[in-house]
Amino acid sequence: MNNATPALKEWPLWEVFVRSKQGLEHKHCGSLHASDARHALQMARDVYTRRQEGVSIWVVPSTAITASEPDSKDSFFDPAADKVYRHPTFYEIPDKVGHM
Amino acid sequence: MKAPVDYLLHLADNALVLGQRNAEWCGHGPVLEEDLALANNSLDLIGQARLLYQHAASLINADPAEALRFAHLQGARQNGLITEDTLAYFRDTAEFRCHTLMELPHHGPLVGYAVSERDYAVTIARNFLVSALMVLVWDRLQTSKDAQLAAIAAKSLKEVRYHLRHASDWLVRFGDGNEESHRRAQAALDHLLPYCEAFWQPSPAEQAAAADGSGVDTATLRDHWNALVNDTLTEATLSRHDQPHAGYVAQGHVGVHSEHLGFLLAEMQSLARAHPTAIW
Repeated sequence: MNNATPALKEWPLWEVFVRSKQGLEHKHCGSLHASDARHALQMARDVYTRRQEGVSIWVVPSTAITASEPDSKDSFFDPAADKVYRHPTFYEIPDKVGHM
Repeated sequence: MKAPVDYLLHLADNALVLGQRNAEWCGHGPVLEEDLALANNSLDLIGQARLLYQHAASLINADPAEALRFAHLQGARQNGLITEDTLAYFRDTAEFRCHTLMELPHHGPLVGYAVSERDYAVTIARNFLVSALMVLVWDRLQTSKDAQLAAIAAKSLKEVRYHLRHASDWLVRFGDGNEESHRRAQAALDHLLPYCEAFWQPSPAEQAAAADGSGVDTATLRDHWNALVNDTLTEATLSRHDQPHAGYVAQGHVGVHSEHLGFLLAEMQSLARAHPTAIW
């Protein structure tokens, strides 16, 4: 795939989100290189929904995503480790509520 | 009401041979995403071919005159009956009824066969020209008097609409891209467009199907096809140099093929012929 390299350098990276069925949320399923949004959507269809994985696709430029840094993992996430009372496990959830 | 066997074979051979050609990109695509896109396209086409061959096989088996006509095909029979594999893997070049356009390699005229010499512009231009025809053909065949063919048409139409979208998108990117992509897209069109003339010169099988209401008279689709093609070419800043058509009209659909089909079939059929009882 040597001749693929120039294209991959020129084409920006896109994150792909697929909704597997109506009513569920879009889930991140991967990324790909494409020249623009329409192109990215088309490629996402061919790469990520060929086995009937989805009914809807979002593509987002990877540069539009601001991510937490691995270095700040301690300060970001560890303080939540001993706050068990924040989990809603002390409530009875009625069956009718469904997905929780 | 059933479509003529030779008409079903024409549709099936078009799908199978183009599917086989596009599958040649598997593992060699210009980028990973296109590799997958072309593999998807091939599997759609081969799936269409299977349904059509299955339908043709059942018609042949049910009609003694047809059974006699295909009696020389002995491979891949089940309980003495012809199967889809008999039709795909055991007919020879002159028995195939695909358009010559489908069997051409992925490069311009008088160029070598090497993988490295394949030109994606030719692949895209052909998929565009063929898909533009097939969206019209399958749309009309949804009302075929052959109910099974109508069902196959409804399924195939969805697939080929995506093929057209995919190929049109790339053709516009190539044509309206840089100097090299424009030149190669234009060269691919100049090479392939004259082969499309065969679309409008129906074979006896196509004429018979159109006459009995099971098929479509492609001549009535010509203006629509021209409009589809011209719209996209305008957007792509590409031009047509094929009108009025002058010279030879390709005859693949009546069994007179280019030199390329024999090589394609040799590769595609070799496994089934070397191991006639092989199963997955």
